[in-house]
Amino acid sequence: MLETRTAFDPVTYAEAAAALLGLNLDPMWIAPVTANLRVLAAAAELVEDFPLGDEADAAPRFEA
Amino acid sequence: MTANDSRTAVTITAAIASGQATARQSVMGSLERIGRLDGRVGAFTDVLAARALARADAQDAALRGGAVPGPLAGVPFAVKNLIDIAGLPTRAGSKINRERPPAERDGALVRRLEAAGAILVGGLNMGEYAYDFTGENVHDGDAHNPHALDHMTGGSSGGSGAALAAGMVPLTLGSDTNGSIRVPAAFCGCFGLKPTYGRLTRAGSFPFVGSLDHLGPMARSVTDLALAYDAMQGPDPDDPVAAPRPAEPVLSALESGIDGLRIAVAGGHFARGGDPEAFAAVARAAEALEAERRVELPEAHRARAAAYLITAAEGATLHLDRLRTRPQDFDPAVRDRLIAGAMIPAAHVERAQRFRRWYRTRVLEVFETVDVILAPATPCRAPKGGQTHFVLDGVTLPVRANIGVFTQPISFIGLPVLAAPIRLDAGLPLGVQVIAAPWREDLVFRVARHLERTGVSTAPIAELS
Repeated sequence: MLETRTAFDPVTYAEAAAALLGLNLDPMWIAPVTANLRVLAAAAELVEDFPLGDEADAAPRFEA
Repeated sequence: MTANDSRTAVTITAAIASGQATARQSVMGSLERIGRLDGRVGAFTDVLAARALARADAQDAALRGGAVPGPLAGVPFAVKNLIDIAGLPTRAGSKINRERPPAERDGALVRRLEAAGAILVGGLNMGEYAYDFTGENVHDGDAHNPHALDHMTGGSSGGSGAALAAGMVPLTLGSDTNGSIRVPAAFCGCFGLKPTYGRLTRAGSFPFVGSLDHLGPMARSVTDLALAYDAMQGPDPDDPVAAPRPAEPVLSALESGIDGLRIAVAGGHFARGGDPEAFAAVARAAEALEAERRVELPEAHRARAAAYLITAAEGATLHLDRLRTRPQDFDPAVRDRLIAGAMIPAAHVERAQRFRRWYRTRVLEVFETVDVILAPATPCRAPKGGQTHFVLDGVTLPVRANIGVFTQPISFIGLPVLAAPIRLDAGLPLGVQVIAAPWREDLVFRVARHLERTGVSTAPIAELS
């Protein structure tokens, strides 16, 4: 799940998002955070690849 | 009563009901074993000897006065330390939370178990904020697998599995967001129930991912698990997710057998990406159940990815203020994942939630033709403590992110699932997930009991001297 199709620079993204979120991103944390971002981006692509109709709204409960 | 007499809740309640033992003896046996073994196992973070003995004495006095013993009379139990214990800060495996004020009262499930006669003896080790599959904790020390102390317990309910496998208590509570009951149940060789989403109240517990969080019991016998589950059911206005359903006890039907049940093995995603032993464990259970059919849970690999996204995003949202103000006080591995989770675009999370709806509908269609589905609980036996990568199907993968590969697609849509331990050989145990449609916990109990009765599923206490 690590290769993403989109042109995605996780370091630039992480630094910009940290500023938006008010997070202090220690330089030592950038490598592990971006490694996690890559995994999440690949997971998102896998989900995005699946076609869903407009009527497929989120279910607030998950029971029969 | 000796420590070995505290093997199961059924044994204890029978001894107490017949007057052959007292609640104090039962609790003393548990405390003795904890004191003797926990330095090596690391299951407990809090031992409540004074409280437990006081409750035991009160119970013994009541029984001497003619009170009717409860269904869990004198049974020592312990809970994952994200469940409130009156007088203690609910640490949830973290450093930060232990600065919280002490809980004013016990969590709802603790109160329900004690109302049935069980006696709380302590709080249990867990992965920080439940974002963990290993049972390792940088603040409290790692929980160690009693069946091989240099191996992981699995997590995040690592102490819950370890305390059972070490024979310290016959009953524990854990939480399961993506597999955190089922993974330690498999690695530590005990039974664990993740009930239907909304079945058991979560009131008085520290959350992780609200739309995925479940609490549930763990035990070394199916009957003990049923006793505890039945004692904890029922609606609770203090948890908005708890369903307004009356209790539906499973104990009375536990010996009903499996006649008439349509049981199948999950294929596709659940039949690849693991060690051969993981699938051999499922095959052994399937053989005992004469389950020859295979079914597909469609797009399960995508369900896992969607659960991964929702978990990261919701978990990060919960902890965002703490990530802003005290990032250095987190376990680094948890912090890095939560920071990344906070950065996920909302569109990705919403898409995952919409996919969840589609997946739920398709899986419920599968349950129109089958009653119970079997799947591996984990892709391998317990890795070594501190191990960061493993090789599955020839692919090197990070351990933390991949232990839950088979549990995540099930909890993603709240299905009831009982993890039953399987011992293929003298090595470490494995587990099989016994899965049913929502609100059909009765079926997973019947199937697990059949596996236990036929000797296919066993949960012996580890040989720790």
